[in-house]
Amino acid sequence: MMPDLGKYAVEVLASYGASIALIVALVVLSVARARRVRAELETVEKRSRQDG
Amino acid sequence: MRALLLRDLRLAMRAGGGFGLAMAFFLIVVVLVPFAVGPRADLHSAIAPGVLWLGALLACLLSLDRMFALDWEDGTLDLLATAPLPLEMVIIAKALAHWLTTGLPLVLLAPMLGILLNLAPEAYGALTLSLAVGTPALSVIGAFGAALTVGVKRGGLLLSLLVLPLYVPSLIFGADMVRRASEGGAVTTPLLLLAGITCGAIALLPFASAAVLRVNLR
Amino acid sequence: MNAIWQYANPKKFIDTSERLLPWVAGLAALCLGVGLIWGYFLTPDAERFGATVKIIYLHVPAAMMAISAWFMMLVASLIWIIRRHHVSALAARAAAPVGAVMTVIGLVTGAIWGQPMWGTWWAWDPRLTSFLILFLFYLGYIALWAAIEDDDSAADLTSILCLVGSVFAVLSRYAVNFWNQGLHQGASLSLDKEENVADVFYIPLLVCIAGFVLLFVALVLMRTGTEIRARRMRVLLARERMK
Repeated sequence: MMPDLGKYAVEVLASYGASIALIVALVVLSVARARRVRAELETVEKRSRQDG
Repeated sequence: MRALLLRDLRLAMRAGGGFGLAMAFFLIVVVLVPFAVGPRADLHSAIAPGVLWLGALLACLLSLDRMFALDWEDGTLDLLATAPLPLEMVIIAKALAHWLTTGLPLVLLAPMLGILLNLAPEAYGALTLSLAVGTPALSVIGAFGAALTVGVKRGGLLLSLLVLPLYVPSLIFGADMVRRASEGGAVTTPLLLLAGITCGAIALLPFASAAVLRVNLR
Repeated sequence: MNAIWQYANPKKFIDTSERLLPWVAGLAALCLGVGLIWGYFLTPDAERFGATVKIIYLHVPAAMMAISAWFMMLVASLIWIIRRHHVSALAARAAAPVGAVMTVIGLVTGAIWGQPMWGTWWAWDPRLTSFLILFLFYLGYIALWAAIEDDDSAADLTSILCLVGSVFAVLSRYAVNFWNQGLHQGASLSLDKEENVADVFYIPLLVCIAGFVLLFVALVLMRTGTEIRARRMRVLLARERMK
């Protein structure tokens, strides 16, 4: 099943590796920031409702 | 407008910094290049068009952040914005003052520095002409960048990051024109394209700069 | 006309985008998975490129998205300038890092592909060069957003930078073309010239492009929601400090 990449194995694997790593990093960072901001907003909103 | 232009010119002369500094910087860049690439005359004449253009461009960049910063700090800019003179014209006056104190001296200095770099004799006319036609665009584009970053503390680095990519077309056509001339080719095409960019930038960018400055002033 | 503009309401935008997000993200993952696995495992090697043809499934979609993302930012900036919808400005801000990463992917895969094909990692070829310049524009745009504290001013300034930058990006593209005719093969993918790419490669490539587009949409939806929340939080915090 594994395709024979011939003499270009390094190039193909490297570009797949680099691209997938970049995409995964972007997704993970975006999700992490979304979670963090959402949690922070909730605490701030709760506080402002109590005060207000 | 003339009063503003004269005032800016006087300030640039008196402060001493802006006027001579850009030329000195240009000189130093050009002097350092042979040290970096080695003492080979043929190599120097091959890279001279690019180095001269790049040096002029960086020297232009050096004095940009002062264009609005001082007037911004002491509130002159607020007065200018409410003055009967349209803000677009204020920006043109500022850019013109910048060009007269930075661009024009660089144009005059460039042929002398060309000698240091062993520039081909045919290319001196093209070098002066291309810089004379191209540097106004650098000043106008620079005014846009300076207007964008005027509210940012220590915006110098950000200014270069924003402005340098905008300089790419001018640099390409200007340096290409000198290179063609030094190889004895025709220079009309890059000259026209360079002039086109300059005219377009002078005609349109002041509106963007004025809009940006109004945002920063509110 | 009401249909689109109702999403200018941040609350409405967050509600809808949150309902859409799992579907878009799932579909993106599905398309990317199918397209990349299909492309990687099930396509033959091309005659001229050998196995490196498999890089096309990343290189071409990333390059397309790099340009499309800038275009989307341009449209969003125009909407902000003309109609003053905050969501639009924040969407442009959210899209910029995604576009920058797409540009990097395009450049990196291009460099890795160029090494065996042209014998060099980097050539100052028009397409590569203009992508590098595009990357610089993305950097400047992101840096300007980060540098300005007031949200509305930052939105205004970056929108104008985006407009001016678009003009200069196009200018640079032609300037660079003029400067150096390069090695890069012409567009291998366009509707009227399908014979350039055989069907075996073309169909998985389309799936990958769909995957990248959906990935972009999902990321922008999510990041715009984040920006809206972050902005609301800054407003609330500022209000607290006022008391």
